[in-house]
Amino acid sequence: MVNEISDQNIESMIHDNDEVVIDCYAEWCGPCRMLSPIIEELASENKRVTFCKINIDENEETVSKYEIMSIPTLLFFSHGKLINITIGLKSKEEIKELLKAL
Amino acid sequence: MYDAIVIGAGPAGLTSALYLGRANKKVLVLEAKNYGGQIINAYNIENYPGIKKINGYDFATNLYEQVESLGVDIIYEEVIKITKDKEVMTRNHTWKSKTIIIATGTTNRKLNLEGEDRFLGKGISYCATCDGAFFKGKEVAVCGGGNTALEDALYLTNIASKVYLIHRRDTFRGEDRYLEEIKDKHNIEIIVNTNIIGLEGEQSLKGLILKDQSGKTHHLDVQGLFIAIGQDPQSTLFKDILDMDANGYVQSADCLTKVSGIYVAGDVRSKELRQLTTAISDGSICANMAIKEMGDEVDGK
Repeated sequence: MVNEISDQNIESMIHDNDEVVIDCYAEWCGPCRMLSPIIEELASENKRVTFCKINIDENEETVSKYEIMSIPTLLFFSHGKLINITIGLKSKEEIKELLKAL
Repeated sequence: MYDAIVIGAGPAGLTSALYLGRANKKVLVLEAKNYGGQIINAYNIENYPGIKKINGYDFATNLYEQVESLGVDIIYEEVIKITKDKEVMTRNHTWKSKTIIIATGTTNRKLNLEGEDRFLGKGISYCATCDGAFFKGKEVAVCGGGNTALEDALYLTNIASKVYLIHRRDTFRGEDRYLEEIKDKHNIEIIVNTNIIGLEGEQSLKGLILKDQSGKTHHLDVQGLFIAIGQDPQSTLFKDILDMDANGYVQSADCLTKVSGIYVAGDVRSKELRQLTTAISDGSICANMAIKEMGDEVDGK
C-alpha cells in the first residue's frame, strides 16, 4: 500500500517509520503516472519500507522544504534522515537497487 | 528466433509491434527506459488526426496496452549491440531475429557545460511544461532559437517573474508568430548573439555566465535554465553497420536501411518532419516491409 500524505503529516511519517520512500508527484505529470504503478508494486513487495506519495500541487511547504524543482522526485529516508534523492522516471530495477541501501 | 525485434517502445516502435502482433508474428520489443518515449511528457496532443485532445501519457498507455494484449514480448533491457546477421544483444541476453526495426528516437541535446548533469532537476530542465510550475515568481532563462525555445519562453511568462531568452545567433529559426507574441510580453528579455559558458550555484542553480559576440562575459542571476537547443539521434550503436546522415540520423529511404531486413522508424530516421503522426506512419511501414520480407500478407488486406 502507498500512503497518500500531506504537509501536515509528512514529518511524523518520516520519523515514526524506519525506512520511508516518498514519491513526489502531480496529476498532470506523465512520467509520474508512469512511475506510480512501479511504486505500488514495490510497496507490495517490500513490507519493511513505508511507501508514501505526496501531491506537490497541494503541498507547497514540502516542495520548498525539499527544494523540489522537477517531478517525479523520490525521497529516501532512513531513521528520519534523508539519504537519497532521485529525479525523473526510474525503472523498477534502479529503485530496487536504491532500496538495498536503506 | 523472433520474426521481428523492435528496439525502442516509443510510438514508432509500438506501432510496428502492433502491426506485427496483429499479423501473428513472434515479436520482441526491447526498451531501455520506459514505454511511450518522449510523448509521455506531452501535456496535451491536439494534432493527432481523429483524436481532438489526449494527454501524452494516456496515448502512450493505450498504445502499450493495445500491443501487450497481442502477446508481444516486451523486455526492459538496453540494447548494446546489433549485427548484420540480426542478432540483438543486451548486457544479459543475445536474441536472434529474422528482422530488426530500429526505433530508438532522440534525446535532448545538452549544452555540455560543467555542472549540467548535477543541476538537472535542481534548476536545469529540458522540459518547460514538465518543470515550469516549480519556478513560480522566479527568474528563469530559456536557451535556444527554435520553436521549442520560443514556446517554452511563452509558457514560462505565465509562471516566472522574468524570462530571459538566450540565443547564440541574432535570428530565430522559430516561427514569427511566436516571436511577435514574445515581443508583446513585458516580462521576456531577449538576449541574442550570446552563449552560455558557465553555470553557477552550490546545491542548485543560481546563475549563468554569458559571453557575447565581442567576447565580453557577464553574470546573470536565474534560478532556472530551460535548455531547448534541439535533439540528438540515439544512433551510435548502429554506426558500424548502417549509414548516418550529417547530423547522425540513420540514413533511409522509405524506412529501409542499407542492410536488408533492418528497418528504421520514427525520430531516429533521417527525415523532414518529426512528429507523432510521422513516427506512427514509419512504424506501420516498417512492420509492413518486415512482414513482406517474411513472405506473408499484411494485416488489413
